Amino acid sequence: MNWINNVVRPRIRSFLKPKDTGSENLWVKDPESGEMVFYRDLEANMWVVPNSGYHMKIKAADRLSTFLDDGKYDTVPLPSVALDPLKFRDSKRYVDRLKEQRLKTGADDAITVATGELFAQPVTVAVQDFDFMGGSLGMAAGSAIVTGLETAAERHTPFILFVSSGGARMQEGILSLMQMPRTTVAVLRLREAGLPFIVVFTNPTTGGVTASYAMLGDVHLAEPGALIGFAGPRVIEQTIREKLPKGFQRSEYLYEHGMVDMVVHRHNLRETIGSIVGILTKAPQRDELSETAPARLATPIAASAGDDLMGVPEAAHAE
Amino acid sequence: MTSYLDFEKPVADLEGKIAELKSIATSDQAVSIDEEVNRLSARADEALVDIYKKLTPWQKTQVARHPQRPHFSDYIRTLITEWTPLAGDRKFAEDPALQAGFGRFNGQPVAILGQEKGSNTESRLKHNFGMARPEGYRKAVRIMDMADRFDIPLISFVDTAGAYPGIGAEERGQAEAIARSTERSLELGVPNIAIIIGEGGSGGAIAIATANRVLMLENAIYSVISPEAGASILWRDAAKAQDAANNMKITATDLLSLGVVDGIIPEPAGGAHRHHAEVMESTSRAISQFLTDFPGNRGRLEIREHRRDKFLAIGTNLS
Repeated sequence: MNWINNVVRPRIRSFLKPKDTGSENLWVKDPESGEMVFYRDLEANMWVVPNSGYHMKIKAADRLSTFLDDGKYDTVPLPSVALDPLKFRDSKRYVDRLKEQRLKTGADDAITVATGELFAQPVTVAVQDFDFMGGSLGMAAGSAIVTGLETAAERHTPFILFVSSGGARMQEGILSLMQMPRTTVAVLRLREAGLPFIVVFTNPTTGGVTASYAMLGDVHLAEPGALIGFAGPRVIEQTIREKLPKGFQRSEYLYEHGMVDMVVHRHNLRETIGSIVGILTKAPQRDELSETAPARLATPIAASAGDDLMGVPEAAHAE
Repeated sequence: MTSYLDFEKPVADLEGKIAELKSIATSDQAVSIDEEVNRLSARADEALVDIYKKLTPWQKTQVARHPQRPHFSDYIRTLITEWTPLAGDRKFAEDPALQAGFGRFNGQPVAILGQEKGSNTESRLKHNFGMARPEGYRKAVRIMDMADRFDIPLISFVDTAGAYPGIGAEERGQAEAIARSTERSLELGVPNIAIIIGEGGSGGAIAIATANRVLMLENAIYSVISPEAGASILWRDAAKAQDAANNMKITATDLLSLGVVDGIIPEPAGGAHRHHAEVMESTSRAISQFLTDFPGNRGRLEIREHRRDKFLAIGTNLS
C-alpha cells in the first residue's frame, strides 16, 4: 500500500463502507500498558496484545470467523422493531444518534446472530457488540436475543452468546427494561427444549444485560480482565464514596466469587466451548478436542486460591 | 401534618391560613370563623384538584416519592390478615429492604413480596431505603418456590429506587440474583399480580414485577433508570432530572399506552399520601378482581404461558 492510498482512500472509504478504525491507524495502543502494537500483529493474534495478553475489542465479524469452523457462518435475519417509540431526545434526537451509529458501524444494531459449525457441531451464535451504542439493550437487541434463542431451539442447537454491553438503552426507556423479562422467556424456552446456553463475558458487560439473559447461562465463561457487574464502578463509587479495590468486577474476581465457571483466553475459546457443547449434547468424542483438554485446565487465575476463600469475604459487610 | 411539595404552594398557603384562623378561634371564642374556614377549604380543595389534574412527570416523581405516601407495610396492615413475614435467603443473610411472606387477603391465602422504604430515619436505614441486595432477591425466589409448590397466588408491591449498588452486593452477585428472580417469576404456575405503588426502579423492580397483571398507582413512576441517574448519563448533568423525567415516559398513563402496564389504580386529587384509605380501598378492589377473574379455568401451564407471551409481546406492535 503506497502513500497515495493512505491519504486518499480513507475519505472515500468513509462513504462506501463503515469506518475501519484498525487499518487506518497502523499502530494500536494497548489501553493498559500503553504499548504500541502493529495492527497486523493484533489481527493475526485475534486482537489479543501479544506481550501483555490484554484482550482488546474484536469486531463481530472477526469474532464469528475466528470462532466457527473454516470461518464460515450465515447471519440470521433479525426482526425489525419500532425505531424510536418514545420520540426521545437528549442533547440529540435518538433517531439521529441511531443513524450515526449505523453509518459508523455498518450494522443495524448491537447484535449479530449467526449459524455455523463448531468442530462439525451445528451451533447458533450471537455477538453483542460494544461498539454500537455501548452494546446497549434496546428493543432491537432484545428481539435479536429472542430470535437467536428461538433459532437455536428450532435448529435444535446450543446457543452461544458473546456478550458485551453497558446495559439498558436509556433512549428507549421502559421498553428497554422490558427486554429483561422478554429475553428471559426465550432463555427458559431454550432450557426447556433441553439445549445448552453458553455465555462468554467480554469486556465490558454491566447493567440490565448482566441482570437478565447474560447471567442465566448453563455455563459462564469470561475473557481475562473483562469488567463484569450490575452497577458500573462509577455509580458504586458515588454511592459508597470510597475507592474500589483493585481487580473489582473483573473476570477473575467473578470467578473467585462463583459467578463464572472459567476465565478463558480468547485463543482457547473455540476448543473449550467445542468441548462443552459436545459433552452437553452427548456428541461423539473428537480426538482433536480430547488432545487439547489438559491445556484448558490451566485456568489463568493469578489470585490467591486457598482455604481463606471459603470463609466470608472480607468486604462482604462493607456496603 | 402533611408536608407540601414545592408545586403545592397555593394549597399550602390556603391551609396555612385556615390553621391560623383556627388557632385564633381557640384563643378567642367570640370570633366566628366557620364561614371563612369553609370558604378557604373549598378554595384549597379546588387548588389541589387543579394542580393534580396537570401534574408533570417530574411532579409525579415527587409525589411517588412523598415520605407520607403509603408504603409496603401500610398495604400489609390494611389489606392482609395473619401476615407472616419470612426472613433470609438461606444462603447468606436476611435483607429487610425486600419483604416477603404469606398471609390472607379477604381470607384467601396469598404470598407477598415487596420493597419497604421505611417511614422514619431509623426504619429507612433498617430497610436501606427500599434498595435490596442480592439476598432480598434470593429470598424472593425462595418465596416464589413455596408459592408455586403450595399453589398460592402471589402479590408484589413494588416500591424501590432500584437495587443497591454496593461492593458487597456486587461481590455476592446482584445481577445474577435479579436475573434469577425475574426468571423464577416467569416459571410460576400460580397467578401473580404486581402493583407499582410508588417507584418502580429498573432491574430492582422488574425482578418482582414480572406478573400476569401489572398495575400502577396513578401517580407512581416506573422506569429503566431514575430521572437523576438518567440525566447524569444522557445529559452529563444530574440537574437535568426534569428533562429526563419528561422524556423517559415514566408515568402510569404513558406506560399504559405503551402496553407495559395493564391498568391504573386511581388516586384522588392530592395524591395517595393525602388519601390512604381511598387508595387502599381501590387497591383492594383491583387485587380482588384479579384473584377472582384471572384464574378462571386456566391451568398452571396456561397461567405461566399467559405471563410469558404477554411479556414477549410488549413493544412488538409499536411503530
